[in-house]
Amino acid sequence: MTDAALTPQKVPQKVPQKVPVQEGPSPEASYGAAHGAWRELRRRPVFLLTGGCALLLLLLAAAPGLFAGWFGHGDPTVCELGHSAQGPASGHPFGYDVQGCDLYANVIHGAGASLGVGLLATGLGLAVALVLGCLAGMAGRIVDSVIARITDVFLGFPFLLGAIVVLNSVTTRDVPTVAGVLALFGWPTMTRVVRASVRSVREADYVVMARSLGASQWHIVRKHVLPNALTPVLVLATITVGGVIVAEAALTFLGVGLQPPSISWGLQLAGAQNSFQTHPHLLIFPGLFLSFTVFVLITFGDTVRDALDPRGR
Amino acid sequence: MDHPTVKATPDSPPDSPPDTQPDAPLLDVRDLTVDILSRSGADQRVVHGVSFTLHEEETLALIGESGSGKSISAMAVMGLLPPATARVGGSARHRGTDLLTLPPDRFRALRGKRIAMVFQDALSALNPTLTVGFQIAETIRAHEGVGRREARARAVELMARVRIPDPARRYRDHPHQFSGGMRQRIMIAMAVALGPDVLIADEPTTALDVTVQAQIMELLAELREETGSALLLITHDLGLAAGTADRVAIMYAGRILEQAPVQELYDRPAHPYTRGLLAAVPRLGGDADDLTPIPGSPPGPGLLPAGCPFHPRCPDVRERCTTQEPMLLPAPPARLVACHYPLEVSGAR
Repeated sequence: MTDAALTPQKVPQKVPQKVPVQEGPSPEASYGAAHGAWRELRRRPVFLLTGGCALLLLLLAAAPGLFAGWFGHGDPTVCELGHSAQGPASGHPFGYDVQGCDLYANVIHGAGASLGVGLLATGLGLAVALVLGCLAGMAGRIVDSVIARITDVFLGFPFLLGAIVVLNSVTTRDVPTVAGVLALFGWPTMTRVVRASVRSVREADYVVMARSLGASQWHIVRKHVLPNALTPVLVLATITVGGVIVAEAALTFLGVGLQPPSISWGLQLAGAQNSFQTHPHLLIFPGLFLSFTVFVLITFGDTVRDALDPRGR
Repeated sequence: MDHPTVKATPDSPPDSPPDTQPDAPLLDVRDLTVDILSRSGADQRVVHGVSFTLHEEETLALIGESGSGKSISAMAVMGLLPPATARVGGSARHRGTDLLTLPPDRFRALRGKRIAMVFQDALSALNPTLTVGFQIAETIRAHEGVGRREARARAVELMARVRIPDPARRYRDHPHQFSGGMRQRIMIAMAVALGPDVLIADEPTTALDVTVQAQIMELLAELREETGSALLLITHDLGLAAGTADRVAIMYAGRILEQAPVQELYDRPAHPYTRGLLAAVPRLGGDADDLTPIPGSPPGPGLLPAGCPFHPRCPDVRERCTTQEPMLLPAPPARLVACHYPLEVSGAR
C-alpha cells in the first residue's frame, strides 16, 4: 500500500526511477544477496585461506590415516610405557604422551572426535532450530509464545553447569551423547535467529504474491520462507561449530566429556593436566590444534557473515 | 498474434464451487469494510462500505490518493489481509460465491485460478532465490498437478506470451537479472498462468518509467481482451486510467465518491473532488499556472470529519455537508455519485 502521492501539484512527477530505461537484462543489478556474496567472497583471501584450512581439517577428521603415518608408524594405540612423556624425537615430532603413545598420531586422530562432536551437535541444534523457528515465526501468537518461553528456559540454564549435570547422569559418554548434550543447550540461540528471519521474510512481497496465487502454507514455508531465511542461521551455525568444539574440550578436560576409548584433544589436554609443567609438549600440541581449528572455523563464519550482511562491512 | 492458449485443461467440476451462478456478475463487491485491529481495542476503519461490480471483459479503475483505501480493498477481496491485524466485512461475490465467507481452503483454491493479482513492485514480489521460470512453473504445478516437463513448457509459453525475448533461455534466470519492465512481465505471466477471469492490478506500473508503463498497460489490455477476463486496475494516475479503463471509481477516505463510465467522468465530473482531481492534471501545452490544487490534505483514518469526508476541502461546501454523510446514489444515465450537491452533469457545460 505504498502509493505515490496524488498531491495535485505533483501529478506530472513520477515515482523515483528504480529501473533502467532500456528493457533488457541487467546482470549487474545490485540484488540477489547470495550471488553478490559469493562473488565478494571469492575475492577475499581470508575466506579462501580459512575455507581451505577448514576443508583440510575435515579431511583430517575423515581420514586421519592419510596424515598420521607421515613421520612414524602412525598408530595412536601402539604405545611403549618406556617412552612415557618423552619430548619430540626422530619419527615422533610431537613426542610421546604419558602412556608412551605417539602424540602426533594421537593429535591427528583427535580431530575426528572434536570435529565430529562440533558438526553433530551443531547439526542437531540447527535441525531443531529450523523446525521450531519456522513454527514460531509462521504460526500464531500462542505457538510463538510457547516456543519463546521454552527457548528462554534453556537460555537461562548456565550452559556449563547444565552440561555437567546432564553428562554426569549418562553412563556412556561417546561422541553422539556428548554432541546430543551440547545440542540440547545450543539450539535456543539458533531458534531465535531462525524465528527472527522467518518473521521478516514472511512479510515479504513474494510471500504475499505466492499467497495471492493460492500457494499453501507448507509450500510457502518450503519454497519461499526457508530459502530466504536460511542465511543468518547458517552463518551462526558455522561459528557455533567452533564454540561447540571448545565446549567439548572444556567438558572433557573437566572429566565429564568423552571417555578414554575415544581419542580427542580434550582428553589429551586432560591427560596433560598433572604434568604439563615438566612436559609442556603434552599441552602445547593438542592445544595448538584445538585453537587453530576453532580459530579457522570462527574466522570462516565471520567472513561469510560479513559478505552476506552488507551492514556489517 | 497467434498465442497458444494458457488454459490447457478444461475446468474440472471440483474447481468450480457448487453454488456458482454462471449469470451472476463476475465480481460483485458489496459494502466492503476493513478495520485495522489494534491491541488497545481502538480499531480503525479504513474502508467504509465500498461497493462495485466488475463484468466480463471490462476494466474498472479504482483511483485514489495514497491512503484512500484502494489497495487495501483489493487485498481484502483477495483475502490477503492477515486475520490477526485486519477484519473484513461485507461481501465479495465471484459468480455468486462470496469469497469472504468461503472456508480458507476453498478460497485458496480459487486464488490464482479464478482471481489473481499483479503487484506494484515486481522486484520484491518475485522470490530472489528462485529462477523466474521455476516460479511460473511452480504456480501451474501446484494448482493443476501437471508434470515438471509440461509445467516448464507452459511457463516458457507464458513468457513468450508476455513478450520476454528468448524465453527458453531466460527461463533459468533469476529475477535480479531482469530489467524492471521485464520483471513486471514475469509477474503478469505468473498472475495469468492459470487463466483467471478476474485480474487485479495494484499500481502495476508505478515503479516503471513512462515508456515501459505504456508497454505494460498495453500488455495487460491485450491479455484481458484475449482471455475475456476482467481487469480491476488500481492506480493514482488519472491519465493511465483514461487510456485503459471502461469505468472509473474515485476513492477518497475509504469510500467511493463517484463512479462513471470513463468518458463521462472525465468530461463532466459530478463530484467536486473528481473535478478537483481533473483540474490538477497538467495538460499538454498547458501552463503550470492553469493547475488548480485541491487545498488541504486527505484525512487520516482516525481524523474523519463528520458528514461528507471531503467537506473540509470542498469549494462548494454547504451546511448539510458538515452533518450528514451523502450516500452513493445513481445519477442517470450511468453514474453513481456520493454528494448532496453534485455538479450539473446533464447538457453541455
